[in-house]
Formats: sequence, structure tokens, C-alpha cells
Amino acid sequence: MTLALKLKGSRQRSRDASAGGALRRRSKKGLLGLLAIVIALLWVFPVYWMVNSALLPNVVLQSFVPTFLPLGGSIDNFVGALSDGSFYSALGMSTAITLSVVVLCILFAFVAAVAISRFRFRGRKAFIIAVLIVQMLPAEGLFIAQYKLVSSVGLLDSVIGPTVIYTASVVPFTIWMLRGFVAGVPADLEEAAMVDGLSRFGAFMRITFPLLAPGLVASGVYAFLQAWNEFTVALVLLPSEANQTLPLWLRGFVQASATRETDWGQVMAASTLVAVPVIVFFLIVQGRLTSGLVSGAVKG
Amino acid sequence: MSAPQLRIRRRIPRTPYLLLIPAVAILLIGLGYPIVWQVITSLQEYGLQQQFGKPAPFVGLQNYIDLASTSQLWIVVGRSILFCLVTAVATLAVGTLLALLMNAVTKGPRIVLQIALLLAWSMPVVAAMTVWIWLFDRRRGAINFLLDMIPGVDMNRFDWLESPATFFVVASVIVIWMSVPFVAFSTYAGLTQISDEVMEAAQLDGANGWQRFWGIILPMIRPVIGIVLLLQVIWDLRVFTQITMLQDAGSKSSEFDLLGTYIYKLGTKSQDFGMASSVSILVLAITIALSWFYIRSLLKEDES
Repeated sequence: MTLALKLKGSRQRSRDASAGGALRRRSKKGLLGLLAIVIALLWVFPVYWMVNSALLPNVVLQSFVPTFLPLGGSIDNFVGALSDGSFYSALGMSTAITLSVVVLCILFAFVAAVAISRFRFRGRKAFIIAVLIVQMLPAEGLFIAQYKLVSSVGLLDSVIGPTVIYTASVVPFTIWMLRGFVAGVPADLEEAAMVDGLSRFGAFMRITFPLLAPGLVASGVYAFLQAWNEFTVALVLLPSEANQTLPLWLRGFVQASATRETDWGQVMAASTLVAVPVIVFFLIVQGRLTSGLVSGAVKG
Repeated sequence: MSAPQLRIRRRIPRTPYLLLIPAVAILLIGLGYPIVWQVITSLQEYGLQQQFGKPAPFVGLQNYIDLASTSQLWIVVGRSILFCLVTAVATLAVGTLLALLMNAVTKGPRIVLQIALLLAWSMPVVAAMTVWIWLFDRRRGAINFLLDMIPGVDMNRFDWLESPATFFVVASVIVIWMSVPFVAFSTYAGLTQISDEVMEAAQLDGANGWQRFWGIILPMIRPVIGIVLLLQVIWDLRVFTQITMLQDAGSKSSEFDLLGTYIYKLGTKSQDFGMASSVSILVLAITIALSWFYIRSLLKEDES
């Protein structure tokens, strides 16, 4: 603001907008619009390419000239990818881990968020700082130790190992996200309900909880995305092929297929199968994710 | 804080602590214990023999000293930092330009661009990697085919993953593609906060586009840009999945390692947990040092 005022003072007043200028501005806007669409096509191309290759028959993919248009209608590649028996065990493993992580994360993060946004207590700030620090810790700096921990209690290749590690790494961000939601529900509303004869718990369940639903959904989807996509920790905690999650299966599928001539059609079909649920859920929550990560900076 | 709440707090002071138990417990098991174990192990000789039950002797800072004197580590650290800085800065530049573009165009093109970016953003890393490896495929990849069509350029069967230089160019392009949407959306959110009146006033006073960008837009979105750059740097240090998948397609030789894959190989191939732990501690230390600024800005938000 101050800078704009300074600019206002120092720059000479000139160049009032003429009719010609307006025209030039409009055609410039049109050009920029065109540029935006070209960039959009460029950016979405890999996603398009995945689906396109997945739907093309293998004979066409074998050609040295790529087929850019149109989408083929062959589902052979999907049939081929799905006939890989380990897909279903990987799907089962991913589903079991992801569901456990989502449930645990919502429960743990929710009660913790209530604690830090409804109460002022000794150690609150220390807890918040600890949570913020641990959410930044990279799996790359911890997986050796996590492997050792899980293997020492004999839980390699089990659902429990990744569930515990994922919950621990997702809970900090979900606490932070839910904290905002809980703080957004005025405590007075609860107090009013209590004056009207509800218990504290009853007031919470009837008044606050419904208002929190969007926050809980957003945190749940966030946990889902993290657990469903995770690769690094799964790689060390689930060494045997029978217990892979979907990302590990997809990687193994590429490797297995590469020993012969890589069957890109099937690999792309497999990638599409792994990606579609993620894309759907992601589109639901993306707005909240962006604002959750940088809201302090945007508003501040 | 209202009076009734104060009363409640005094009556049941234990409630907040009880509510924190589950979160604290899972954090201690999943992250706390591994960190402590890692610090201890980094001070021990923990190699193949210890994997089979031999007690691990404490060697003080020997692992760190050994590491500091291996040129291999410094090469990997330098390469990781270079990769991370170049990729993060390029991501920020492209993301900011796209945000400015979103701000400058009409609604139609803006929504098209936003949908494209969202789709790219939502791709799971592993699936995105397989597509990119297919795009960069030596023989049938679309990228070599398209580049080869440019007159005078011979990219027929060019192997991108053969030499470290092009390998990391490919890795960087992929990471930029994945990360730009987040930067673009965050920066765009910052841009929409700038009031139209300010921009119009500057325009009426004859400030050209360049002056408006440096004089008004940049100072106003500086906080967002700072946070986003910081997050990018931190995230680009952890590109284990991308590098591992590219090494699957190319070569697993150590010239293609960044910190993540370096630690992984120390741990799994050489079974040297002592050394792997001390490199891990180094990664954690770098991350925490960088994160501190980010955390401070979030704490400010909590206080407001």
C-alpha cells in the first residue's frame, strides 16, 4: 500500500488510456488467454498420455510413431493389468492400511485439536511446536530406524507397521488443519446449548460436531491421499512381494514388464487404475490443502 | 476467553492432557523412538555383524568423522543441494509466472489452466513417474519423437537416463511438473488479495507492467513466495521415489544418487546402519534448520 502511494507520487502523470490503448489491451488479453490454454494442454499432456496409451492396442503402441489422437477404445490393457494376480492383494493391502490410517488419524487428530484450540494449558505451545517440527521430518531421514523398529517387533510385512508410521507422519498436519476448524466454532455456541440444559458432551456432539464435518472430511481425505500414495516407507517395511501396496505393485509391474519388452500399454493401464481414485478424492479437497499450507502467509 | 470457559478449565485441568495422549503416543512410537534409536546408532559401529546379533560398540563421533572424510558423501550432499535449489527456484519461477498469467486472463482460459494444473497435481507420484519414463523412453517415447521433428535436431533413440547430467535434467523436469501447481495456486491466492484499486491507481499514474510487478505485486506476495520456496526446498530434498524409479529405468550406479537413495543403499546394500543413521541425522538437521522459518510463520497464525 505504502509502496503504491510512493509510486503514485514519484511517477510522472502521463499516458491516459485512449481508445486505441483499450483495443490493444483487449487483444493482448486474448493472446495471453491463448498462451494459458497452450500451457494448460502442455501441463495436462502426461495425464492425457497415460489414459491414451492405456486405451491403445499394443500393436499401435509398438509403432515408432506415437499415436497422439484419438483415444483408442481398447480395454485389453486393463484386462491384462488386472489379470496380474498380485494386483488384488496389493489393492487389499493398500485399502486395509489406508482405512486404518484414515480412522486413526481423524480420531487422534480431532481430540488433539480440541485440546489445543479449546484449552490453554501448560505445555500447549511446546506441543504445537513439536507437532510442526515433526510434520516436516522426511521419511528419507527416518526409514532406516523405522525399519529397525518394525522388524525388531516382528511386524515386517504386516499392515500394522505402515499404519503406525503413516499415522504418526500424517497426524501432525491433520491436527493443524482441524485446529482451525475447531477454533472456528465459537465456544459461546456450546455454552448457550449448555445453558439450555445439554451436558458439555451433548453440547459438543449436537452443536460443534456437525459444524466440524467439512474439516473432518478434509483431514480424512488428506490422510487417504498420503497413505494411498506412500512409497518410501512401504518399500522398507513390506519387503515380500505378497504384501505389497499398490505403489509398490506398480513399480514392480514396470520392472517385471521391463525384463521383456516393456508393455507400456499395460503399465499405463495399471497407472491409471492407481491414479483414478486419487484424482477424484484430490479434487474434492484441494482448496483446503492449499489454504492449510500457506494460509498464514496469504492472510498475514 | 470467556469467563465460563475459564471456570471449566480450572475444574478439570487434566482434560487437555488426556485428549493429547493418543496423538503423543503414536508420535512417540512412529517418530520419537526411531529418532532416538537413530541418534544412538549413529554413535555406534553398526554393520553386518551387528545385524546378526553382535553387540554394537559405541564409537563416539567416528561415523561422522568417517563420513566427513569420504568424498562420496560430499559429492552426494553437494549434488542433492544443487538439485534441490535449482529445481525449487525453477518451480517457483514457473509457478509465479503461471499465477500472474491466471490473474491476467479472462475466466475461461483461467479455469482451463486451473483444471490442467489440478490434474497434474493430483497424480500419485509412482503413476506420474511411470508416465514420464514412458514419455522419455529411448525408442518409442513421445518426447524424443517430437524433438526429432525439429529440423537439425537428432534425438532418435537418445538415452536420457544414460548420463548423470541428462538424468538429473529429466528428474528436475518431472519434479517441477509435479510441484508447479501448488506454487501457482498458492501464489494466485496471494495475488487475489491485492486490491484492484491499488493496481488501478498505479496504472493511472503510468507505472508500466514491469514497474507494477516489482513495485507492488512482488512486495505484496513476498510472504507467500517465501513460504512456498521454503517448502519446495524442503520437499525437493526428499525425492527418493522419483530417483528410485528413474534408476529402475536407467542405472543404479552411485553417480545417480541423491541423499535419499544414498541412505537407502547404505542401509540395505552395505547393511551399515551406523553410517546410514549418521547421514539420516544430517538430512534431519538440514530439514529442521530450513523448517524453522516456516514454523515461525505458522505459529504467528496460531497466535492471531
